[in-house]
Amino acid sequence: MQSKLSFRFQHWLNKEGSAYAFLSAYGVLFIVFIVVPVLAALALSFTFFDTIQQPQFIGLRNYISLITQDDTFMKYVLPNTIQFAVLVGPGGYVVAFLLAWILAQLPKLPRTLFALILYSPSMTAGVAMAVVWKALFSGDQTGYLNSFLMGLGAIQEPIQWLQSPQYLMPIMIVVTLWSSMGIGFLAMLAGILEINPELYEAAAIDGMNSRWQEIFYITIPSMRPQMLFGAVMAIVSTFQAGAIGVTLSGSNPTPQYAGQLIVNHIEDYGFLRYEMGYAAAISVVLLLMVLFFTRLSNRVFASEA
Amino acid sequence: MNNRWFRRYTGMRNRGINPQGFHVSQLKFYVVLLPLAAIMLLPIVFIFSSAFKPPDELFAYPPRFFVSNPTLKNFTDLLSKTSTSGIPVSRYLFNSVLVTLVTVVSSVLVSSTAAYALSKKRFKLKQVLFAINNVALMFVPIAVTIPRFLVIEKLNLLNTFWVHILPVLAMPVGLFLLKQFIDGVPDEVIEAAQIDGASDVTIYWRIILPMIQPAIATIAILTFQAAWNNTEVSTLYINNESLRTLAFYLNTLTTTAGANAAVGTSSVTGANAVAGQGIAAAGALLMFLPNLVIFIFLQSQVMSTMSHSGLK
Repeated sequence: MQSKLSFRFQHWLNKEGSAYAFLSAYGVLFIVFIVVPVLAALALSFTFFDTIQQPQFIGLRNYISLITQDDTFMKYVLPNTIQFAVLVGPGGYVVAFLLAWILAQLPKLPRTLFALILYSPSMTAGVAMAVVWKALFSGDQTGYLNSFLMGLGAIQEPIQWLQSPQYLMPIMIVVTLWSSMGIGFLAMLAGILEINPELYEAAAIDGMNSRWQEIFYITIPSMRPQMLFGAVMAIVSTFQAGAIGVTLSGSNPTPQYAGQLIVNHIEDYGFLRYEMGYAAAISVVLLLMVLFFTRLSNRVFASEA
Repeated sequence: MNNRWFRRYTGMRNRGINPQGFHVSQLKFYVVLLPLAAIMLLPIVFIFSSAFKPPDELFAYPPRFFVSNPTLKNFTDLLSKTSTSGIPVSRYLFNSVLVTLVTVVSSVLVSSTAAYALSKKRFKLKQVLFAINNVALMFVPIAVTIPRFLVIEKLNLLNTFWVHILPVLAMPVGLFLLKQFIDGVPDEVIEAAQIDGASDVTIYWRIILPMIQPAIATIAILTFQAAWNNTEVSTLYINNESLRTLAFYLNTLTTTAGANAAVGTSSVTGANAVAGQGIAAAGALLMFLPNLVIFIFLQSQVMSTMSHSGLK
């Protein structure tokens, strides 16, 4: 029995061992830094945990209070997140596709130049750019936007752009859209260029004469896989971009919760109030949102057969 | 002559996708793209411009966008500066360079070995593991910051050099792109090598790696951006100032400058914020330039990788 087992193990090792050896490094890191944290978030979300005492199991209570008692969440965080996600996610995605399509109509040199210009904001986002936005939207009269608008006579007094609830969210959306032409955009551009030109010729012979028809009946169906990849990247980067409000306004919570997104809410509870169980429950909700939107785009762009 | 020129730019040849040259039908696209590109570039031009501004231009009211007397003062100020805890900026820069180098090299090795196995080896769980990685494409690291913190704490990685590197190495997008690219390497090449007696390691090192250079360049860029721009690791997992990175230091610089600007109505704090702005802009340029230069050099490789990026 022993020898038979070890023989089978030996056989398996010869056949599949090297595959697993090649996978091992990535596999270990993947489990430790992705799988375990996700499972831990799920487990912690059913507990009360203040980082000092052992986590106590409290069932669904975190989720129940998230829905019924967390006024900030229901009144600000959720609507903000939805507004932000809808405009930046699908909005940025459609813009990225249209820009990729336009770029594909140009010869190689201008195409490469424009692609570089459009992509460059996304490679630095966050840190380096905070400098720019702060100078641009600075609250006193030395801010560029204030000085420009006062010069035009459009406003009399400088506006506290980043500290005022009604402007923070639009600014967050503009800034995020500005840096949203990332690898999803490049993937879609490459996808459009890969499409067999004969398809367009055939359609032209069959009487298709509008560019919009071309986009919907040839371009998009021929590059579904890239469209899906782009969509997943758009969803992930939208939710990942959540820290922008705190970066811009310089405080968590953001002024009157105007720019508070679900990611900031997690940080608020996790690192400022040390209610780890509750923060974990919010994380799970966030992951479920991402999952939901990804499934949705899967539906739309799933390859036939 | 005129007629020939006219036909060349208005005929059928350069219309549609991926044209060879200019055509009048492309004009409308330039009309859209040029203003847009200008807007997209504006913040980047701003960084360049402010980084070279002398103090009096930074103070100038009304503020001027372009620099008129460029100076390197902001850079020398930045590099000779020490943080409030007494760590010289050069130390942060050194940390950033070291962390980024090690991360890029190890990330390429870790992902490409795994991608080779997922693409070319035969084993039972192959499809399942690839599917799991595809699900992980939608992983949002920021969502699990807290459990990640607990894991890192348990592994005694807090306040170590490795905490900069290990968590970013498993990058599902990287593995995905590499695997798709390796799928394009014909099986015959590998079979021929096997017949010649090449081991797996030889095949990986001598055949696969040289053939997937565009994909490697792409992964290198993505990892570079993730590591070089990362502030979270320094903020959350490190208390020891001498282990923190330039991105983190720059972040503290801009947050304090911003807070001053928000609170300070008195000219003194305002002046501080503006002076800080010059240094911060120099730092921002220092952060941004490597991203740009690397991407410019490798962009054609990135594009050829991206044509394999389809998610089915």
